[in-house]
Amino acid sequence: MNSTRVVITGLGVCAPNGTDIASFTHAIKNGISGITQQTDLERFGFSCQIAGKPKLSDERIAQYFSPLELRNLNSTGIVYGVIAGLDAWKDAGLEKSADDEPDWDSGTIFGTGTSGIDKFRWAINKIDDMEIRKIGSSVVIQTMASGVSAFLSGKIGLGNQISTNSSACATGAESILLAFERIKSGKAKRMLAGSTSDSGPYIWGGFDAMKVCTFKHNHEPEKGSRPLSATASGFVPGSGAGAMVLETLESALARGAKIYAEILGGELNSGGQRGLGTMTAPNPQAVQRCIKNAIQNAGIRADEIEAINGHLTATTKDALEIENWKMALNATAENFPYINSLKGMVGHCISAAGSIESVAAVLQLTHGFIFPNINCEDLNPEITALINENRIPQKLFNKPIEIVAKASFGFGDVNVCVIFKKYNHD
Amino acid sequence: MTKEAIIAALKTIIKPYSEETIVLETLSENTDFIKDLKINSANLVDIVLDVEEKFGIEIDNDSMAKMLTVQATIDVIQSKLGNNAGE
Repeated sequence: MNSTRVVITGLGVCAPNGTDIASFTHAIKNGISGITQQTDLERFGFSCQIAGKPKLSDERIAQYFSPLELRNLNSTGIVYGVIAGLDAWKDAGLEKSADDEPDWDSGTIFGTGTSGIDKFRWAINKIDDMEIRKIGSSVVIQTMASGVSAFLSGKIGLGNQISTNSSACATGAESILLAFERIKSGKAKRMLAGSTSDSGPYIWGGFDAMKVCTFKHNHEPEKGSRPLSATASGFVPGSGAGAMVLETLESALARGAKIYAEILGGELNSGGQRGLGTMTAPNPQAVQRCIKNAIQNAGIRADEIEAINGHLTATTKDALEIENWKMALNATAENFPYINSLKGMVGHCISAAGSIESVAAVLQLTHGFIFPNINCEDLNPEITALINENRIPQKLFNKPIEIVAKASFGFGDVNVCVIFKKYNHD
Repeated sequence: MTKEAIIAALKTIIKPYSEETIVLETLSENTDFIKDLKINSANLVDIVLDVEEKFGIEIDNDSMAKMLTVQATIDVIQSKLGNNAGE
């Protein structure tokens, strides 16, 4: 690695509580929930009948896709990813490349867990009904995992690495770190980093069947997602996309771009499903190692971290996560950083969680605030035994902060931690 | 069905697949889908499906492979319509 500095010059988001940066910023500052009742989940007899889904009008979607693309478009993940990605590109003040030559210096790493699950279902049904010849040309591009990065690169004209990463609920944080490393290695000047996740019963059904989602709040959706709470009873499924343009500081300064924050570094690893780690449970040793190495790679001290944007899904694992942070940072109950979880407002956006939450973390640095944790007025006593209550803000806290650590953990015992720093303009 | 009627129907079908509006306006039997209308080759299969639906016919793989120009498409449609009428 060299001395190249990587900064964030554009943000885009398509979240259950805001589908552009202005409305999302307003929502996270004010603790506005995007969780709503889902009639289709109710009809299918799901245990959890509430979810987080971005609200988009047909007019809005039509601004991002051609009439031909819209014709057979049935991939919510691609819709969310393209909206967040193109918004981030535009927000960075960047243009689409000219018709005859791609932008060789810019690429994208845009992750997802599945692509076009509704489209896939439609195609499978057609095949089973002996109608293979009627499925047309739109199935592959919407159901290939890399569909979202392919759509984005074509729309912008990107000529560098075009890839889709996938690491379960760590996907979004991983995409940012992979894009960061691509720029650090000198192989790209700009990378559009982000991730997306489909909506609907066919993506959420598997989680519902695993009984990892709450079934106790169907009558009060906005209260349903309860990270850090004593009454947390499982996560609320979510969906959407988050995106950011990463760029060398040199390039950002040369074109006079606005700079949201700097990425100092990070780490990704796995617990190997050894020790306490399994396919679905994290190995605490690996989580702590990931955080410690991220701090080391960022070239900071643990006590410089002022705020943590946690993974904190609202399951019984929340207390374990706090314990892992405390051990990794070698912190006390008193000097533990402020910690918050966006999932109280948007639910667990699965493969989009890490990117949407990273957008929230970066906005905190840019604008100097810590967004409130909602639905944890009854804090989990196992958590308050580890850290002081005042480490868990439940009201908007306006305060300039320098460094935020963001971590995401995923099935497969995988971990990612990214360190963001406020960019201090000279 | 007359050639003119088929061309009129094809104009409507092809419209979403091509940005070559002038070529589309003056669509004739000599128009080539890829060379003149700059249609993405992956979309030719979608056009065939739209033709099937519009004319109520089924187009086999061999006929489909020939449908690269308006003339070839007219031939296929007329022959299929003729076959259907004879059934």
